[in-house]
Amino acid sequence: MTDSRARILSRIRTAVADAPEAVPVARDYRTSHTPDDPARVLDLLHENLADYRAHVHRSTPDGLAGLVARLLAERGARSVVVPPGLPGEWLAATEAVRRFDEPRLTPYELDGTDAVVTGCAVAIAETGTIVLDGGTGQGRRALTLVPDLHLCVVRAPEQVVASVPLALPRLDPARPLTWISGPSATSDIELDRVEGVHGPRTLEVILLTGGAATPTPGGRAPSAG
Amino acid sequence: MPAFPKAAHEAVRNETLRANLRHATHTIRDKRARAVAELDDWAALREAGKRIKDRTLRQLDTHLLQLEEAVTAAGGTVHWAADAAEANRIVTGLVRATGESEVVKVKSMATQEIGLNEHLEAEGIAAYETDLAELIVQLGEDRPSHILVPAIHRNRGEIRDIFRSEMGKWGRPAPDDLTDSPAELAEAARLHLREKFLRAKVGISGANFMVAETGTLVVVESEGNGRMCLTLPETLISVVGIEKVVPTWRDLEVFLQTLPRSSTAERMNPYTSMWTGTTDGDGPGTFHLVLLDNGRTDALADEVGRQALRCIRCSACLNVCPVYERAGGHAYGSVYPGPIGAILTPQLRGTASEVDASLPYASSLCGACYEVCPVAIDIPEVLVHLREKVADQGGKGHRLEKAAVRAAGWVLDHPGVLAAGERIASKTRRLHPKKLPGPGAGAWTESRDLPEMPAEPFRDWWRKNRT
Repeated sequence: MTDSRARILSRIRTAVADAPEAVPVARDYRTSHTPDDPARVLDLLHENLADYRAHVHRSTPDGLAGLVARLLAERGARSVVVPPGLPGEWLAATEAVRRFDEPRLTPYELDGTDAVVTGCAVAIAETGTIVLDGGTGQGRRALTLVPDLHLCVVRAPEQVVASVPLALPRLDPARPLTWISGPSATSDIELDRVEGVHGPRTLEVILLTGGAATPTPGGRAPSAG
Repeated sequence: MPAFPKAAHEAVRNETLRANLRHATHTIRDKRARAVAELDDWAALREAGKRIKDRTLRQLDTHLLQLEEAVTAAGGTVHWAADAAEANRIVTGLVRATGESEVVKVKSMATQEIGLNEHLEAEGIAAYETDLAELIVQLGEDRPSHILVPAIHRNRGEIRDIFRSEMGKWGRPAPDDLTDSPAELAEAARLHLREKFLRAKVGISGANFMVAETGTLVVVESEGNGRMCLTLPETLISVVGIEKVVPTWRDLEVFLQTLPRSSTAERMNPYTSMWTGTTDGDGPGTFHLVLLDNGRTDALADEVGRQALRCIRCSACLNVCPVYERAGGHAYGSVYPGPIGAILTPQLRGTASEVDASLPYASSLCGACYEVCPVAIDIPEVLVHLREKVADQGGKGHRLEKAAVRAAGWVLDHPGVLAAGERIASKTRRLHPKKLPGPGAGAWTESRDLPEMPAEPFRDWWRKNRT
């Protein structure tokens, strides 16, 4: 093993010994393609999430519990996984059975649960992406993967950025990150798009506005949940 | 495996294949153009991607060492594999150490390149491909024909037949009343694979990027099978080519914009997973990274050819290539098909075999591949460069080609001869053979159709109708 390491490194050094110095990287591409206006950025996020077949809703903190309960009921979700640190009031109105991940649910237990409700770390408008980093209210990666319905709450404007270049500096690479753009999908059969091959078949996103006073789950909070 | 001209000759006569390919490549091609047009700084992103990759390759040793340090610090273990045999040996050993005899796999070009599945099978370890298209290929005992959509050569009826007859041999069978609707086929695959995901203890993946400064690996995918393999097992083994490293976290801002739009023509693919070593309480407790050379340092040593190592495997070049569109991926006889395969494979494997020596000629040099490449690989330039190399090793066709061109030049310089020749050719057109006679010329028309001769020469037609 060590032999190959030395061999590969030495081959690399020989291979590029006479190569010219590489040109510096010019970062003259755009930081964002969207005007710096939170309302427009939020509209774009809404539009792009919906374009990739996520179901998008808007709410204020007052209406959130009712909306979560209604969406779970409409999808027939009778059980829901609750990630550590999820604000209790989000699930205050649902009748679904709550399953906590302490001790850790097995893959089979997750498979036997209908839905999961989470927050997120960042949402990216230009690509219609929500990013989960395992922070408070998001749980470990398997929680948003195995149940068939994922309901995600995005706090606007704090958690919304316009573009990929604006999202990366807000994320911590040391944490496991999952970028989600619409529900699981495949186009492998004659390029016909089909939703829900292995991940959740349904992605409900609630854009939560007007509630800066409520504590925000997610982001780069040190408590990993 | 036959060389490209022979394989392509057979492929172009398969009408289902051609229809499937044409539909698929044209659809993706048009969507890609729209997705790219949304970003008005595409040229700057492309240039930045090219330069990041070039700088990385120039300092590849430094970046790999930094990556190794970061992955190790984050709880992972790094292995170095000089060639396919060594990589296979390492992976087999790692799977053995877990005591397991089956693994779930997320589609990976690198593991295909080293023939890992076949190797594991010979060692008594079952490797289940979990990407829907890879599953179709694996169940059908077939080979992938496209980097991005490996079963692009199969239509829905064929897929239903494969699922019906083969799924039961590997696990949960397909439902008896399975139709050929894509939704039903996908559902059958979901149920078949879920039982494997839930019990899997070992996952094997490749990676799209590795970040040297942080030790982070990145996998982009659509179906969630990647997330399943990367998240649920206790042990994760990732086999990644050494050229997949990028220096900084920030560099991802370029490739996460250019890769999805170039490959699936989406603003962003449904799922991107990023992980750094291991995380307590989330995902595999054991992580191994196998860094694969397998000919990459040979490509790196070639000053023209090394740009092929910039490739981020988006497959945009396949979808615009007129040769790929007609011949299909199998004709290339290589894990990497299409224009990128035509320059990457002969560099990774050398040009000693007939298949590899034929690949640099599997192109019309139209340049469309260079236009769409998000890291600006000048594929035609490398093709010509590799043709020179092949010619230098002493092929036989090239002298004859030169003689034919010289003869044609003389005829074109003598209008009388040309006119007479044309008239004779028109009059005798029913008698013309489909192939030219002679050793060199015969080889030429084996892979090309001779054009039909018109009923009369253009000069005669012009004289009759326009003067």
